[in-house]
Amino acid sequence: MAPLLEVIGLSKSFPGVKALDGVDLRVEAGEVHALMGENGAGKSTLIKALTGVFPRDAGETRLEGKTIAPSCRAEAEAMGISTVYQEVNLIPHLSVAENICLGRQPTWMGVVRWRAIAQRARAALARLDLSLDVNRQLSLYSIAVQQMVAIARALDISAKLLILDEPTSSLDRTEVEELFKKVRMLRERGLGIIFITHFLEQVYEISDRITVLRNGCRVGCFPTKDLPRIELVSHMIGKAVQQVEALERKRASTATIRSDSPTLEARGLGKKGSVHPFDLDIRPGEVVGLAGLLGSGRTETARLLFGVDRPDEGTIRINDRVVKFHSPRAAIRNRIALTPEDRKAAGIIPSLTVRENIILALQASRLSWRRLSLGEQEKLADRFIQALDIKTPSREQVVQNLSGGNQQKVLLARWLATEPKLFILDEPTRGIDVGAKAEIEKLIQSLRQNGLAVLFISSELEEVVRQSQRVVVLRDRKKIDELTEGEISEEAIMHSIATRT
Amino acid sequence: MIRLGPKYVPLLATAIVLLAVFGMGSLFYPNFGTPRVIVNLLNDMAFVGIAAVGESFVILSGGIDLSVGSMIAFVGILIARLLQAGCDPFLAMAIALCVGVLAGSVMGCLIHFFDLPPFLMTLAGLFCLRGLGFVIYPESIGIDHPFYSQVLPQLSVLIAPKAVLPFTAMCFLAAVAIGSFLGSFTRFGRNVYAIGSNENSARLMGVPIGQTKIVTYALAGFFSALAGIVATFYMQSGNPASFVGLELDAIASVVIGGTLLTGGVGFIPGTLMGVLILGLIQQIIIFNGTLNSWWTKIVIGVLLLVFIVLQKFISRRRAGIGA
Amino acid sequence: MIDWVSDLLFWLVFGVVLFSLRGKRIFWTVGALGLLLLFNQFFTPGFFHIQVLGGHLYGSRLDVLNQGAKVMLLSLGMVLVIATGGVDLSVGAVMAIAAAVSSRLLVTEHQPPGIAIAVALLISILAGAWNGLLVAGFGIQPIVATLVLMVAGRGIAQLITEGQIINFLDPTMVYLGNGHLFGLPFTLTLVLAMLLLTYLMVRGTALGLFIESVGDNDEASRYAGINAKQVKLLVYTFSGFCAGLAGLVACSNIRSADANNIGLYLELDAILAVVIGGTSLSGGRFYLVGAVIGGLFIQTLTTTFYARNVSSDISPVPKALVIIAVCLFQAEAFRKRFGQLFLPIWEVLKPIRTRFHLSPAERHDTPRP
Repeated sequence: MAPLLEVIGLSKSFPGVKALDGVDLRVEAGEVHALMGENGAGKSTLIKALTGVFPRDAGETRLEGKTIAPSCRAEAEAMGISTVYQEVNLIPHLSVAENICLGRQPTWMGVVRWRAIAQRARAALARLDLSLDVNRQLSLYSIAVQQMVAIARALDISAKLLILDEPTSSLDRTEVEELFKKVRMLRERGLGIIFITHFLEQVYEISDRITVLRNGCRVGCFPTKDLPRIELVSHMIGKAVQQVEALERKRASTATIRSDSPTLEARGLGKKGSVHPFDLDIRPGEVVGLAGLLGSGRTETARLLFGVDRPDEGTIRINDRVVKFHSPRAAIRNRIALTPEDRKAAGIIPSLTVRENIILALQASRLSWRRLSLGEQEKLADRFIQALDIKTPSREQVVQNLSGGNQQKVLLARWLATEPKLFILDEPTRGIDVGAKAEIEKLIQSLRQNGLAVLFISSELEEVVRQSQRVVVLRDRKKIDELTEGEISEEAIMHSIATRT
Repeated sequence: MIRLGPKYVPLLATAIVLLAVFGMGSLFYPNFGTPRVIVNLLNDMAFVGIAAVGESFVILSGGIDLSVGSMIAFVGILIARLLQAGCDPFLAMAIALCVGVLAGSVMGCLIHFFDLPPFLMTLAGLFCLRGLGFVIYPESIGIDHPFYSQVLPQLSVLIAPKAVLPFTAMCFLAAVAIGSFLGSFTRFGRNVYAIGSNENSARLMGVPIGQTKIVTYALAGFFSALAGIVATFYMQSGNPASFVGLELDAIASVVIGGTLLTGGVGFIPGTLMGVLILGLIQQIIIFNGTLNSWWTKIVIGVLLLVFIVLQKFISRRRAGIGA
Repeated sequence: MIDWVSDLLFWLVFGVVLFSLRGKRIFWTVGALGLLLLFNQFFTPGFFHIQVLGGHLYGSRLDVLNQGAKVMLLSLGMVLVIATGGVDLSVGAVMAIAAAVSSRLLVTEHQPPGIAIAVALLISILAGAWNGLLVAGFGIQPIVATLVLMVAGRGIAQLITEGQIINFLDPTMVYLGNGHLFGLPFTLTLVLAMLLLTYLMVRGTALGLFIESVGDNDEASRYAGINAKQVKLLVYTFSGFCAGLAGLVACSNIRSADANNIGLYLELDAILAVVIGGTSLSGGRFYLVGAVIGGLFIQTLTTTFYARNVSSDISPVPKALVIIAVCLFQAEAFRKRFGQLFLPIWEVLKPIRTRFHLSPAERHDTPRP
């Protein structure tokens, strides 16, 4: 019998990057199929190509044996492929019933029939064994319920294949169990479900098979019960595992025990929906690496430490003094710096020049609005352009015209100019060419030697291993392990992710 | 169809304010609550109200229409001039409505196809129509046509002793009825709400964004032109310099009527209440005699502020849930 | 004879200025103004005529400078507000309030002109701060927040004048809008002084940088430690101050305070001036001198109509077309769709473009007033 969904040789390129390269995917009816991969693996590109958001370059898609080529999401929905996103793309101000029926309301001569809408909505929810007040405004319900409504809508449009894109990121344990109950129910009914997630435990809980993507290629498709966690992790990261099961943990004996008091001391710091409470110390002259899979809570940790998010519980001490950060300004006053993960949204000011971007934080940290003189600014900018080898035609070049790597260097320069005591680097080498990467890594080491405390966040394990004296491992928004100098290796990190709870 | 939720709070507030204003008026001025006064109110606010119905749709879709006042003035002088030249009144009105739909469609197309801000595009419409009104004729023209002087007065309805509901008021109520129907009982109306609430989600759900937006602005143009026609009934003349700033009254009515300026939430009957509130405030001030007309603007400004802040707190509360 | 010489001199200076601005964004604004003036040079008799009466210069171009002062003053405040990504719709109403306050104090309360002017400006500043509080403090959308004062403000102004049009004769007040300094209208001096003050305020301190940063990328600015709320509060307050000044000039022009009509629709002119001057409505980089010249352009348009005996009532129509044209040029969707159409023409002009460094790609964006 032909599989429900068959994707053969799907390829898609964007200017400068091949997002998908000959990817195959087979989903059976009555199966929960997990799709996993790290950043840049191609998961979202695959789904978008599948649902017609953009045309593919090559490959074929077959639904129930028939070749299909939807040109937009609505068409894909009509064919039977529905997607439910993490942000639940529904209309918050309309009622549950309206959301389920939007665009397809039962009408009589053009007049919308409200009672029929409510009836239809109740029927759709009943298919999920759900009973809600369908006339209530959608946004009054929790995200978990809203997701159910989105699924009900998909079913109402007669979905044969349901794609759940990161459905559990904002749900708590009970809500996840509820969702999985419904998913299992749908599976019994013969629906095919593609489940995209970062949460390893959930994948093992709910899925029948796992397809792993890496760098736009399919690594393989494995039955879940036959795939050990460590193998899954190694497939995703791309590192061969050698004798991991036999790995003995060397207790810290060779590591020099630093006696300096920590620059930053976090105790029980946590925020609901963000990260579970954790402890963290970072000492001067030390690089602490933060490792974990995508979605494990690394950026959320950085945001808590920099004052972008406010913690629900826990304390932060800077040089033994308890501090509360209401905003990044407070963190900056305490000599903390952060280069954020999303350069474009939270990092560079695109229309400003290299010089202006570099001096920005330094200027903002001053108490008065007195301008750094143009001479001072130029000297500072030139100093960093040279020190970091920022490739730009001039310091007056608009930053948005620079390459990603050089933009990152501008961001680093901005914060170096403030002479911080603690430097948080969130994915500083993402999307950067190899040469620039090496330069940045050298820079981090020289910072460390100069007595700076560094928190280095990266999804590339070899980087983390190379740079750090200690590594904190996160998984599923929880700190699960801390590796000291002698214990650090890629295998050890992967082992932690796979086995520690 | 009783639904509960925070989006009804501003509407409830509107109803309370309406009752309060009406109550206050009746309390202080003996003849305030008579049918005659109510009928006068509907008559006076007819063209603002009709324009506000069109404005409601635009604001519900997440946009704004600043061209309303200029459209009314333009239509007024257009009709007056056409009648003066011997044109048949029904043809003149038909032409006016076509102009309204055309102008609205043009603005809608510019806004949708080039992603231009509605504020600026309808501002251009405001300027354009205002100037073109003077091109048609630089001064006010009185309307002296049998339809206006003989037929129109006959079209009023006696609804109570000493209370005659004029045709203008009937047009107003009809516009509200049509608007309410369109908003609540057609797919188009529900699409408007969807787009105003979350355009991105609406797009993903298959709502035809372009079509809906352009029709919304065309509809607003239609209602503005209709308001202009009704204004000629009321003023018995056309004047290119008139109704400056009327769009503000329309927008204020819509906001005070419980519609969120960001879109997606609101009801056409709420706009009716908003218009009535505006009218009642004016009436009270007239009845008072000692208060001057500028108090109307101040009170409306304060009401606007209250509703805006109210809307902000509601949306903040909602953002806290399930975010 | 004198006329020819002075005209030639004017165009010589203009040409030099325009040429020196090539490669910069303001080039197009000044160029547009130049085209309009050129049109008048040839087709509007007497436009460039300058008379000297009683030691003062008179002529259409000076009318433009004098009458345009209000829009230019407003645009100085508006450009900063728009640069932060907002808009201030209430400036017309604040003008009316300032006019009302000053006239009332002067005539009814018999206060000296110094007090009248000072109090009027103070109240305008408070009005601006009110807007700033709503936007920065409460996080209300700028269009919505300033709409409140736009509606209520005129009522407040009428309240202050008690519905009357207050006439005054006080020489100081009259001088503001009608006087002359060194032969040129005093308003010109006022505008230049405000331009200088604004320049010092934003380019002489880090404030200009913060404004551009906040308008370009609000979130990144917060990450960089900029106090975005403070910046926004300040620009709205300053806009109120500019509106107050413009209101004083306006009532001085007509020697009375007409709460109904002073500043009517001027907020829209101010926004248009800022956009013509090169500042994008979505915020970021702003151009002070561009905004002022944008105001000049609008006023020149109006004066052109007046000089050609076309009713100024029709002048809104070309304004509308200018709005649409400027928006379309700034819009990406438009550039994409019609780029194809105009590409061949653009390519043909390439040799001319590179010769005169007109291409936008080659210039470096240096900050300028």
